[in-house]
Amino acid sequence: MHLILFIVFAGFCLAGAINLLLQSHPINSALSLIVVMVSLAVLYLLLGAEFLAAAQVIVYAGAIMVLFTFVIMLLNASREERTLGSRAALRVGFPAVVAILAIIATVILHTQGLGVARLSDGITSTEELSAVLFTKLLLPFEVTSVLILIAILGAVALAGHDERERTGGK
Amino acid sequence: MNAFFSQEVPLSWYLLLSAILFSLGVVGFLIKRNLITVFMSIELMLNGVNLSFVTFAHQWHAVKGQIFVFFVMMVAAAEAAVGLAIIIAVFRARATLAVDRIDLMKL
Repeated sequence: MHLILFIVFAGFCLAGAINLLLQSHPINSALSLIVVMVSLAVLYLLLGAEFLAAAQVIVYAGAIMVLFTFVIMLLNASREERTLGSRAALRVGFPAVVAILAIIATVILHTQGLGVARLSDGITSTEELSAVLFTKLLLPFEVTSVLILIAILGAVALAGHDERERTGGK
Repeated sequence: MNAFFSQEVPLSWYLLLSAILFSLGVVGFLIKRNLITVFMSIELMLNGVNLSFVTFAHQWHAVKGQIFVFFVMMVAAAEAAVGLAIIIAVFRARATLAVDRIDLMKL
């Protein structure tokens, strides 16, 4: 059961990611990114991270992707034109990607002692997670809330209309 | 039926999937020519890394790996808000989303 679920949702994940690269219209890319994120939520659940699976659906597939689709529709983004891109990307970027993937894959496949995942493995409950989060890691948690607040202010300041623009350049 | 339910998946497969997702994100970052899709490729890279965090949290039965993913999600939400605001500001100034035409800071 675990194997079948893993293969199905890992397949969805890879298909969505490849489709993101192949689509030329941004809205299609955004929709395939939602597929990737929802199937990742299922994989988190298979690994016993129930809270993260819920947060992945709510925060990533929900909030962030709604923001993306909203901006795509607001700016009326059209099909992208395909160009060759920079020479640096062609000569350094792609060989570097292949090299990094090869190195990581070799290391992972040669690592001893990596365990297996089963459906009967325990689930990390939200209770355990919050016990650590609200005792040992309370300060980072509060700092992140300040970060979110600053991000909201920054987004409003950046995207909001200029005062000069509204008064006609005076 | 019992053998069917007790099938197990090696954690290295999860790690490989996360590495492939990250690489696809990098490739998207290099080949996409639209500012928004470039930004989406960055989100794809973040998701790939998150998967390996959750996998290692499962491997060592540690809660901290999952909490790190939680923090990454919050930072990604802040990053998406600010990044999309910057994209809106760029679009208002240059009236284009093609990265080839937003190359003022390119050497």
